[in-house]
Amino acid sequence: MKRTSVPPYLRTLALAAALAACDREQRSFSETPPGATAFPAVQTTDIQAGPKTTDPVVGTYQENRVAVSQGQTWYEQFNCAGCHAPGGGGGMGVPLNDAEWIYGSDPENVFATIVEGRPNGMPSFRGRISNTQLWQLVAYVRSMSGLTPKDTWSPRSDHMQEGRPKRTATPQPQLP
Amino acid sequence: MRRAPARLLPLAVLAGLAACGHSDMSAVDPAGPQAARIATMTWYLTIVGSAVFLVTTGFLLYALWRGRRRVESYSGEAAERHIHRWIYGAVAVTTLILVVTLLYDFTTGRALARFAEPDALTIRVTGHQWWWQAQYIDPVPGNRFETANEIHVPVGRRVRVEVQSGDVIHSFWVPNLHGKVDLIPGYTNTTYFRADRAGVYHGRCAEFCGYQHAKMDFLVIADPPGEFDAWYRNQLRAAAAPADSVGQAGEQVFMSNRCAMCHAIRGTEAGSRVGPDLTHLASRRTLASGVLPNTRGPLGGWVLDPQSIKPGVYMPPNPMKSDELHALLSYLESLK
Repeated sequence: MKRTSVPPYLRTLALAAALAACDREQRSFSETPPGATAFPAVQTTDIQAGPKTTDPVVGTYQENRVAVSQGQTWYEQFNCAGCHAPGGGGGMGVPLNDAEWIYGSDPENVFATIVEGRPNGMPSFRGRISNTQLWQLVAYVRSMSGLTPKDTWSPRSDHMQEGRPKRTATPQPQLP
Repeated sequence: MRRAPARLLPLAVLAGLAACGHSDMSAVDPAGPQAARIATMTWYLTIVGSAVFLVTTGFLLYALWRGRRRVESYSGEAAERHIHRWIYGAVAVTTLILVVTLLYDFTTGRALARFAEPDALTIRVTGHQWWWQAQYIDPVPGNRFETANEIHVPVGRRVRVEVQSGDVIHSFWVPNLHGKVDLIPGYTNTTYFRADRAGVYHGRCAEFCGYQHAKMDFLVIADPPGEFDAWYRNQLRAAAAPADSVGQAGEQVFMSNRCAMCHAIRGTEAGSRVGPDLTHLASRRTLASGVLPNTRGPLGGWVLDPQSIKPGVYMPPNPMKSDELHALLSYLESLK
């Protein structure tokens, strides 16, 4: 009786086939990781590892009244007022006109909050608003609790009138 | 016979000016009754004013030419009466001209204001810095839509324009069709006009409203009634989903970038009303409120960096990779 055994070359082939089915983990080293943006990343502290080579970018809008006013426009138009209420009184979202800052009140902290989003309902606006608009929003948010200089605050609402004027030239239809 | 040509000269000049071809932005080339009344009054004031000026200057020059005369020739009863006659005459003529002008102005103003009609096509124009939002108001809510920077009106039908402002004072001015109507925040102004001639009429913001006030133009296009109905029906439709893969990729670019934060495209998830409605962007002739022609190149430049074209506008730069831009432009061009 001849012993039937798998010839050596077939054994090698079978082993090679089995091993080829196991792929190595694919790693791409030259891909841009999701966190990288063209804008230099905002640091929430000015301590750096290694020698200090760059100053954190804050945005020059904290003392700019136009920026605060424009931030007020974005606050309403991007519906921040929907959760935080016009003027920052809060509702579904936390009040922004008080002294309590869960994630910090420095411009970089507020910037990071808006860009990253926060647990319990704060959406992330990364990639959805331009950096200029973000810094203007940061300025306005901080101005609501008085953290920007007083001469950046708007003395009145941006709207000429809060509602319809009491008398109009065209009479309004009376509903039953 | 020698005086006839001289008398005909001003008329010939006027006729020549009027026949200089139609202009798409001229207050003295009226395309409707409102503008016609204003233009006629413009000519009246110009001619009367010029005549008064020439007569007054003529007398002044005559007096200078005559020089001083001896005092004796000015004294005496006859001289006094002579001088008085001239003064009374001049005062009477001046008063007459002013009263006639006042009456003419009053009747013109009344005619302009009485152009209202309940069945007029209603367009609500809201001015923003620095673009025009136009909502077509119909008694049936399903027949309403919104567009931007370009409004179409049917020829021969009265149009009611209700103007409001979203921020500061602007002014709605289509010289060929009507005078200026201010957009005052918190208040709705209403005016009526009618286009009697088909064509493209250029409009402009006529009240300084900020950094890009000079680049806040719009178009009023008067269509024959059949074409207007077709345009209206098209504008009512929501945007069709893109059929090809490039268009679908472009729609993805639109939704995943900042575009949907400010622009609406009916039929998609983008519904923000901060910036102009883009549902039928490709059906418009211009971009950026009359500044750019609506072709692929300017559209790409505008999307990438509006600040270089209209610095200070509220649309931020949108850097993106070239294949994304290509797909996005293809998608935007499909929004007819």
